[in-house]
Amino acid sequence: MALSKDDVRKVSLLARLQLSDEELDVMTSQLGEIVQYVDQLAELNTDDVEPMAHAVELVDVLVDDHPRDSLPREAALANAPKKDDECYRVPAVLGE
Amino acid sequence: MSPALIDQSATSQLERIQAGKLTSSELTRAYLDRIGDKDDSVGAFLRVDAAAAMATAAEIDQRREAGEKVGRLAGLPVATKDILCSRTEKTTCGSRMLENFSPPYDATVIDRLRRADAVLIGRTNMDEFAMGGSTENSALGTTRNPWNLDCVPGGSSGGAAACVAASMAPLSIGTDTGGSIRQPASFCGVVGLKPTYGRVSRYGLVAFASSLDQVGPLSSCVEDAALLLEVIAGHDARDSTSAPVNVPAYSASVDKPLENLRLGVVDEHLGEGVDGDVASAVREAIKVYESLGAKIVDVSLPHSRYGIATYYIIAPSEASSNLARYDGVQYGYRTDEKAMYAELDEERQRVEAAGGDPEEVDSPLVRMFRRTRSEAFGPEVKRRIMLGTYVLSAGYYDAYYLKALKVRRLIRDDYDMALEQVNFILGPVSPTPAFRAGERADDPLAMYLGDLFTVTGNLAGIPGISVPCGFTQSSLPVGLQLQGRPFDEERLLRAAYMFQQATDWHQRRAPL
Repeated sequence: MALSKDDVRKVSLLARLQLSDEELDVMTSQLGEIVQYVDQLAELNTDDVEPMAHAVELVDVLVDDHPRDSLPREAALANAPKKDDECYRVPAVLGE
Repeated sequence: MSPALIDQSATSQLERIQAGKLTSSELTRAYLDRIGDKDDSVGAFLRVDAAAAMATAAEIDQRREAGEKVGRLAGLPVATKDILCSRTEKTTCGSRMLENFSPPYDATVIDRLRRADAVLIGRTNMDEFAMGGSTENSALGTTRNPWNLDCVPGGSSGGAAACVAASMAPLSIGTDTGGSIRQPASFCGVVGLKPTYGRVSRYGLVAFASSLDQVGPLSSCVEDAALLLEVIAGHDARDSTSAPVNVPAYSASVDKPLENLRLGVVDEHLGEGVDGDVASAVREAIKVYESLGAKIVDVSLPHSRYGIATYYIIAPSEASSNLARYDGVQYGYRTDEKAMYAELDEERQRVEAAGGDPEEVDSPLVRMFRRTRSEAFGPEVKRRIMLGTYVLSAGYYDAYYLKALKVRRLIRDDYDMALEQVNFILGPVSPTPAFRAGERADDPLAMYLGDLFTVTGNLAGIPGISVPCGFTQSSLPVGLQLQGRPFDEERLLRAAYMFQQATDWHQRRAPL
């Protein structure tokens, strides 16, 4: 499947990346090459194969429902690039 | 003449410490001196805190002298890859994104090392977020191969392997998602073990591809890998994918040879596309096993040739989702907001002037995410996030991700069938020896194809070890890979030790 520059631009928004025009060109050609390579899987018939999401297929790992201390607020905020005493600060979401 | 202190095995160093013939302070000092001498040219470490290491060593020496109980590794220096969270130091993942990140807690592996009284000697360099096979994708430093400083050390655990090869640490912790312990071990002529998926806790390991990531040991010899694995392995309630399976005392049994060994060899893995010197070294290694009484059996892994395609769908898919957390909000880098708002204003005006709808321009929050991520991630990380986002996007999920999960099952089934006939599968770790720095920098697919013999082990979740098995004509190390059944590390280590005892490759030291 051939990838267009416009496809790659759309994916960059989904991926929350901002690519320059030059980066978009390089990415379009590199992703195209990789996608063409992985397309070889299509030649295998896998109709009756159960997908394998995990190597060790453990099921239903349950833990006792005991309340425990969580990370203290100061520790959780310590690495934030922008914060106040209680919260992470981000650019306004609702209007200016 | 017995080898210099820093060239001895960790196992023998530990024996001498326990016998009162050596102190942790002396040993730690010797490695710190070596780092001071050689790491300018190798660049294995991102950070070394000599004062903290010496303080830990002195404290352990004191406790030992006072007759107090000490841990299993008491006094041995251990280097750790800069991807395992540590509450006492930064954890950067080789990325501008986390350049100043100080985790609020210890990874389980770090915690176990502390409890075992290891001396955490420094943090090793790596490809950014463990994505790469040469450590050239680190944004924070350059690591070179101790055997030839023009060559790469492999990756992503390049610093972890290089520091052992350069005798700058006796023990080292790496992580392996598609070969990132085994391939650098092979390139640097050291031992590296990727345990069974679930054998070692991933709690506090910065996630790349959660269904494939596994932590493991690197060392100069097999018995040291056994010792280190014994300390880090085991079930952890904080990682629901860690397996509730007993951990054998690997170091107690590693020197016991196995009888009636049946070893599988995949013919195609020594044929076309494999460097001639690598293939001959591996063929010689097979003969060594034959001379030890092993029976060599041809086995087939018919779907292994789809390994790279399968891996480069699954790993980037998981990565694109795992790395969504780096958005400039909770931790890590954030773009300059003033410049961001100026950019947005300009764009809106431009769109308006052209008669477009200014609402189509990103909101400030979305633009903050995008600028932050684009400024702080390197090209390979962006490539994998893009690839993963693309194959998971609407309309492609079934054709790529779901298809890859099905082929993953076929790859695992191949291994299960082969490992019913034989105890272990032997082959090369990498189709080539270490390559020259820069050689594959502009060709991501060529770099990916080098992972051919290692990714299948991660997809199947089985353990694999790389042991030194010779050199190329240009004096670069070659690694032999042994792969075994899930949770069979105990016998895998014993089989590797048998080879080591019959050869002296592991005693060679890089000419630094």
